[in-house]
Amino acid sequence: MSIKKTLFDPLFSNNPIALQILGICSALAVTTKMEAVMVMSLAVVVVTALSNFSVSIIRNHIPSSIRIIVQMTIIASLVILTDQILKAFLYDTAKSMSVYIGLIITNCIVMGRAEAYAMKNNPFMSLLDGIGNGIGYAIVLIFVGFFRELLGSGKLFGYSILPLTSEGGWYPANGMALLSPSAFFLIGFFIWGLRTWKKDQVELEN
Amino acid sequence: MLEHYLSLFMKAVFVENLALSFFLGMCTFLAVSKKVKTSIGLGIAVVVVQSITIPVNNLIYNYLLKENALEWAGLTGVDLSFLGLISYIGVIAAMVQILEMTLDRFFPALYNALGIFLPLITVNCAILGGSLFMVERDYTFPESVVFGFGSGVGWALAIMALAGIREKMKYADVPEGLRGLGITFIIVGLMALGFLAFSGIQL
Repeated sequence: MSIKKTLFDPLFSNNPIALQILGICSALAVTTKMEAVMVMSLAVVVVTALSNFSVSIIRNHIPSSIRIIVQMTIIASLVILTDQILKAFLYDTAKSMSVYIGLIITNCIVMGRAEAYAMKNNPFMSLLDGIGNGIGYAIVLIFVGFFRELLGSGKLFGYSILPLTSEGGWYPANGMALLSPSAFFLIGFFIWGLRTWKKDQVELEN
Repeated sequence: MLEHYLSLFMKAVFVENLALSFFLGMCTFLAVSKKVKTSIGLGIAVVVVQSITIPVNNLIYNYLLKENALEWAGLTGVDLSFLGLISYIGVIAAMVQILEMTLDRFFPALYNALGIFLPLITVNCAILGGSLFMVERDYTFPESVVFGFGSGVGWALAIMALAGIREKMKYADVPEGLRGLGITFIIVGLMALGFLAFSGIQL
């Protein structure tokens, strides 16, 4: 597969969330604020890319019977590193994201790509695949986060866009957008839009 | 005292449902909820693993990792909490493995019923998430037992309900682009909306 295809396919044609059903938990939980979305996306891109890279380097030395635990150890070490860095430099954001940074370990994107791609391909391509999938994940997160923060609190990145009625403006905040159901609806609509655009992703009637 | 544990249990099952209000274990939640029968198997497996791993991780946190936790060994001022993530996931993986072997040896019928779901559970974020919430909220050991069992039951309840709805979905005429995954998200959203009603309950 060409470099371009590896890097850009996961963005829309083979999106990890919308098509592969990977990594949905954190996609929903951290999307009430754009700031948290950015931090989370960046963390996932870095962890997926580096774990793909590391797994790919040692792929010929991992006995297949214990490969899950080897991958798990690599991923867990990378996530601990990310967690410590975020706690050191972005303490407040990290605090507001509570357990979800730690949950990157069990984010199936990381594990899924290590297992499905990095075990079979060379380190450079695996790195690109990790970056591509991380960005595909980030696109969905940004879409959901944009609408939730804008509709829920009239802000983007903490700056007021729609002045709230509670502060003398005209926009009555839609508290629903900050609660869990709205995230499910938004991803549902994202998938609907994506599949209307790319017809080949439509599921067959069973 | 009993009331405290009872309210903790109800809270873990309904108000703070791991799947519907914290979005944990979503991947398996969406992928394995096509049939009621399989979802019951997975639900039971989650309840069992959750009620074992959370108390065990609670002990590990309180006696090994917490700041000054190693005082019983004569070491003061040692803070190993940064090793938390890797220890919890290790415990979970080991527990699942042990459970698998025990079931295989003593309860072959149950082992066959659970089948592939047991190994899948290692990467189910509901399990790790449960342990992390336990640490964040600083539960005592008895509380962690109740929380582990309750959160497992809540998750199982949610996946069984979703599977029940999805079985009926085959009679519905869904727009092309929404078919499958899309409509499932909308259903889960509506379920979460229903579960929000519990959040007003004072226990």
